[in-house]
Amino acid sequence: MRTIEFALNGERTRVTVEPHETLLAVLRQRLAATEVKSGCERGDCGACAVMLDDKAINSCLTLAVQVEGKAVLTVRGLGAPEAPHPLQAAFVELGAAQCGICIPGMLVSLYALLREHPRATRREIREAIGGNLCRCTGYHKIVDAAEAAARRLAAAPR
Amino acid sequence: MTDPSGSGFRVVGERLPRPDARDKVHGLLRYADDLALGGMLQAKVVRAIRPSARILGIDTSRARAVPGVKCVLTARNVPNNVLFSDVPGQTTTVGPLRARTQVLADDVVRYLGEAVALVAAETEEAAEEAARLVAVEYVDLPGVYDPEAAMQPDAPPLEPTGNVISRWKIRKGDVEAGFREADVVIAETYRTGLIDHAFIEPEAGVGWLDDNGVVTLRVATQVIEHFRDVANVLGLPHSRVRIIAPYIGGGFGGKEDVTVEVFLGLLVWKTGRPVRLCYSREESILSPTKRHPFVMKYRHGARRDGTLVALQVELISDAGGYAYLSPLTLLYAMVHAAGPYRIPHVRVDGVSVLTNNPPTSAFRGFGSAQPAFAYESQMDALARALGMDPLAFREKNYLGKGERLASGQELETAVLLPETARRVWQALGPPSAPSGPGKRVGRGLASALTAYGRIVWLHDWSSAWIELQMDGTVLIRTGVPDIGGGQAASLIQIAAELLGVRQEEIAIHIGDSALTPLAGTTTATRQLYMSGSAVHKAASELRATLVEQTAELLQVPPAAVELADGMAYARTNGERKISFKELAAACARAHRSRSAFAIYQAPAGQVMDFETGQGKVFPDFTFGSQAVEVEVDETTGEVQVQRVAACYDVGRAINRNSVEGQIEGGVAMGIGYALLEEDRVAAGITQTPNLMTYLIPTALDVPDVTSIILESGEGMGPWGARGIGEPALVPTAPAIANAVFDAIGVRVTRLPITPERLWRARQAQEAAPAR
Repeated sequence: MRTIEFALNGERTRVTVEPHETLLAVLRQRLAATEVKSGCERGDCGACAVMLDDKAINSCLTLAVQVEGKAVLTVRGLGAPEAPHPLQAAFVELGAAQCGICIPGMLVSLYALLREHPRATRREIREAIGGNLCRCTGYHKIVDAAEAAARRLAAAPR
Repeated sequence: MTDPSGSGFRVVGERLPRPDARDKVHGLLRYADDLALGGMLQAKVVRAIRPSARILGIDTSRARAVPGVKCVLTARNVPNNVLFSDVPGQTTTVGPLRARTQVLADDVVRYLGEAVALVAAETEEAAEEAARLVAVEYVDLPGVYDPEAAMQPDAPPLEPTGNVISRWKIRKGDVEAGFREADVVIAETYRTGLIDHAFIEPEAGVGWLDDNGVVTLRVATQVIEHFRDVANVLGLPHSRVRIIAPYIGGGFGGKEDVTVEVFLGLLVWKTGRPVRLCYSREESILSPTKRHPFVMKYRHGARRDGTLVALQVELISDAGGYAYLSPLTLLYAMVHAAGPYRIPHVRVDGVSVLTNNPPTSAFRGFGSAQPAFAYESQMDALARALGMDPLAFREKNYLGKGERLASGQELETAVLLPETARRVWQALGPPSAPSGPGKRVGRGLASALTAYGRIVWLHDWSSAWIELQMDGTVLIRTGVPDIGGGQAASLIQIAAELLGVRQEEIAIHIGDSALTPLAGTTTATRQLYMSGSAVHKAASELRATLVEQTAELLQVPPAAVELADGMAYARTNGERKISFKELAAACARAHRSRSAFAIYQAPAGQVMDFETGQGKVFPDFTFGSQAVEVEVDETTGEVQVQRVAACYDVGRAINRNSVEGQIEGGVAMGIGYALLEEDRVAAGITQTPNLMTYLIPTALDVPDVTSIILESGEGMGPWGARGIGEPALVPTAPAIANAVFDAIGVRVTRLPITPERLWRARQAQEAAPAR
């Protein structure tokens, strides 16, 4: 067992883990961060995506000990219900969340995209979520919502 | 707020955001696997590693010795080791529908992955280790992996009565005479693949023993009525098992049959502890159920002028190791087999066969998706053989309102097929140029009918309860599981329309077999129709009470009372407005009930004639068409779908976003069915046990979808709504197959159309003499 320290959605977090435990397992089971979803545990579906510093990663393919000293951001860290991130607001308004199980990972991938490319095209949006499987929406409204959020972010004063 | 769109409705048809979406985008929603309880045990299922074998013995001693293991169960520990796959709430016993499975394999295993034992332990690691240490001694039995081989007299029988578990037939007219009238005959055999539901949320749940000894299971299910199955297995009265369905991360029919709930029930009952069971992705793919592969032998005859005259069909469905709902799926396929076309002489024979392949059962487009691939490929081939435009050929043969299906059922409501086909064909716009050398662009069309609602002789019903709370808000209770289609949100929208309150003023409790009135399954595209009708009825009754109370307070006739914007007032004098909070207090003072409970009974019918297949089987159908444009790479055989248009008469769109969402999601799943997905099984052994080998469409495989929504107002649901969940998937695969033919002149008769199959079909066509 080893104790690690990292920032989880901006909060300093200490947790004792087995060296072989994945970040996904530690987030869900030890830290009750169940907003991170588990769909395949082998990097195929993207439901467990989180930000690790400035990159979106699959938490099922990352060992918990690798995040020592780093910052992890989950969908809960993007915005709160009373102050949602433009992506979250657009997903609700435009009906982009249906069953919703892929949405936490989807939003993290899009958040990473819009940080780097705030004027992303529909094609770039589709590429950015190419590793996030959705079985339910058909992606159309997800791309619409991401595009709307990008416009809103571009219009917002910095 | 009163009718902003001028549609005659206040909120029906609006694109209202769903109340559940907010929790979903903030990660606040607790799905089935997101609940942890103190002292919770972790469970694992031991699964058969042979597709056909006899169990000589099971030694659990080493598993029990693993530190932390609390319980190891085999068939001999299960009070009643049998599950029946009758339709929940079924009221009519129909011989061929009776099907049973064993909870845990006792003597024989019939497919790879069949559950043999259960383990519960303090940690997941201990449960995994113990599951590995359950020693099952097998001796292989001869297996059969092809449904046609399984029908032969010398095939090893899975049941003492043989492998054929169901036969249906439809007889209309005189098929031989019909074919004598035909100038053109097209005969072809079509095959479809074994498909995994591949919801991103695997089968999962948490159970605990609640007060009064109630076994309580919070599970990802489309059917909370499985509390009865769990109780029967445990030998308990039905009232001692409670099933709660949280919001579900995708169903598609894969959470319709029993999955984790009986296993959880057994472990909770034996240990008295809370227990968690969540399938791994591999386990989700290996465990029941899947979509049936079908072999479909079609022969159509048409006159030179394009009039269809005869159809002969033979359907063979692979049921896998156990029947589950296979007999019913086949019945659906029978009724849909001729498609939405007028054909005077029809003969359809169907058979469902047990094999040692993965068991198959419900999947979105239940028995209607497979035949649509066949009949729409046939329509395209006939039109081309006759030198007719595929759209004009179909228009000549579409059934209309008042006409009858081959099974004799009259189409009693609007049939807008010609408009749906014309609209999608136009919506594709000018053809795209090929993106480079060696690329060819093609277009295809497909139309379909798909039943919604349960078979009329099963006496379907739903119920709902609604109340005006003392604070002036409204509460609905109904046992609907919400699987992502916006089931709960649409019910809120229906009540908001009738009561004149904003949806934010309405809360809903769903999916609890103990505390919400039963609403039946979220399957068969029935919830908007059935539970929408139940909520409509209950809300209308509450509305009548509130109108009466208002009339009394204001001393006006009830007809003068309006409920709007959360207030009650007289139309004649809008000065005095009564808030719903005041109204609640007034009702209480007057001893008027502030709540209403309603049961909606679907119109019932007689059982069909099994000798001729004639009779009314379904309440109604949803009709629609899809058109696609594809680009085929001639060198690699890859097919990219570039444009899709889909048009449906949904009767009435309750929430336009949700209707479009179902259409877009259905198209995406249809693209997977057409081009990517197949659970490959070799001699009973699954070769595609993960999402790296079992491919579902990504955002790069699915283009934007042009959805065109027609509203005839003639469906069976609230304000004439029809169901759209399943119909949305059905035409996509044949439209793509037809577009591939249009692009390169090769007809692929087997799904999925992989690059390899396309290449082989092309080789075969080039080798064959010109017809």
